[in-house]
Amino acid sequence: MKNKKRVIIPIGPYHPLLEEPEFFSLYCDGETVVDVEWEAGYNHRAIEKLSESKHWDQVTFLVERICGICSTSHPFAYCNAVEDILGITVPERAKYIRSIIGEMERIHSHLLWVGLAGHFLGYNTVFMWAWKYRETILDMFEMITGNRNHYAMFRIGGVRRDIEDGDIPSLRKVLGEMEGKLEMLTRAVLDDPVLAVRLKGVGVLTRRDIKDFGAVGPVARASGVDFDVRKDDPYAAYPLVKWKVITTGNGDVFDKAVVRLLETFESVSIIRQCLDAIEGKKGEIENQVREVPAGQGIGRHEAPRGECFHYVRSDGANSPVRHKIRAPSYVNIPTFKASCTGQTISDVAIILAGVDPCYCCTERVAVYDAGNKKKLYGFPELVEMSRKKTERIIKGEMK
Amino acid sequence: MDIKKRAFKRSLWVYHLSGGSCNNCDIEILDCLTPRFDIERFGMVLVGSPRHADVLLCTGIVNKKCVERMREVYDQTAKPCVVVAIGACACSGGIFREGYQMAGPLEKIMPVDVYIPGCPPKPEAMIAGIVKLLEKIK
Repeated sequence: MKNKKRVIIPIGPYHPLLEEPEFFSLYCDGETVVDVEWEAGYNHRAIEKLSESKHWDQVTFLVERICGICSTSHPFAYCNAVEDILGITVPERAKYIRSIIGEMERIHSHLLWVGLAGHFLGYNTVFMWAWKYRETILDMFEMITGNRNHYAMFRIGGVRRDIEDGDIPSLRKVLGEMEGKLEMLTRAVLDDPVLAVRLKGVGVLTRRDIKDFGAVGPVARASGVDFDVRKDDPYAAYPLVKWKVITTGNGDVFDKAVVRLLETFESVSIIRQCLDAIEGKKGEIENQVREVPAGQGIGRHEAPRGECFHYVRSDGANSPVRHKIRAPSYVNIPTFKASCTGQTISDVAIILAGVDPCYCCTERVAVYDAGNKKKLYGFPELVEMSRKKTERIIKGEMK
Repeated sequence: MDIKKRAFKRSLWVYHLSGGSCNNCDIEILDCLTPRFDIERFGMVLVGSPRHADVLLCTGIVNKKCVERMREVYDQTAKPCVVVAIGACACSGGIFREGYQMAGPLEKIMPVDVYIPGCPPKPEAMIAGIVKLLEKIK
């Protein structure tokens, strides 16, 4: 391999394919991609550090702004983590409301993905349809929470707003219409012969790859790994309603689309059951929390893209001492190495999109030299530095 | 100049530039292009290269790593070009103002013509901003 000439194709940081500033280098041998490298840091916003300077309640607003597409998943996981420190559970009504918001978000996020995937393949009709259907979900969000995105529904110990009985009929109506539209879209996408040729057998991730990279969410479920935090580590109202984990076996981009589309139907069914449980009843929506004792806690939530993990440590003061966030894309993005290698350049766009990567979630660490702004330590340099340090310690130069 | 101005105000081509945002303003910009809001009826098209653009739609806090690239993109656009700051982050820094990675707000990097605040601004707000922009050009 070393003697062969390779062409490096840079994608980004500002590129029409990418919505967010990112940088990929594709190492190509003719038309075939040999290796992929990913350079992050264009979206780093110092969130973990900022979180240490904010009050417990303010952090929910901050973590909400990690990502605009899955903006409930981070407060969800953060609240679970702080409630883990407190050792409290939320009232039942709050549990149902949390699940409703979480599942509505999953529908809008998956529809967004279907649209973008269609756009990357040159099927702009799918893009326009899917995004048009998504608008009604956003309208519902605006009605229930007051904002189209960044809903600010979560607070430690419960939820901030109640879902009024008057809102439920229109929510049901939208869900009913949504189901028909989803069915039409699913059949249109899955029966299309061109899409089948384009997506089947492309960017295959085997079960082995999933285990090796530790991938989560729909990416893992498309390869037959039935890992879902909602089932494996139940929280909120998920153990109280009936639903099933969707898995398929092939691991290609087509199966990822199938998993996502079928998951939206499960979400619709979960929301219906939750609405049945809260309709016509009154109840507390939050447990008052006075102070957070010293301790540490973890919180998880199955975001639309996979498991979102938060670790919070408290010393009994007003704000977290340490707040660690691991977003699902952080473990899903490295699978590009397995899925892109050996594919043609033209397929790379849809493979990159197939994971539904969310870079703004992922960027928690950036190392760069303030003196010379262009110098950046990538992962290989960091590994090299780490190895050198080990050598120095072995030689006895450092303690 | 007159011909340039006349041509400029007819059909604005927009380029979307994200400087470390939470993705939400970017999604709302794309929302403007989809059937519900459809800003293409005003002659606006999202283009793939800054060299073709009349308007830069900028979102996000300006991240220290992005600064150089954003300046480069601004230099590449044909002048006159209008810069629109979309969202609280681009306008003032928003919740990330005190972060160590903050190099913005946007006005420090390039001259801004229109501010559209909100987190995220609704597509209606963006359309209102763009209509004001059209008036300003006239």
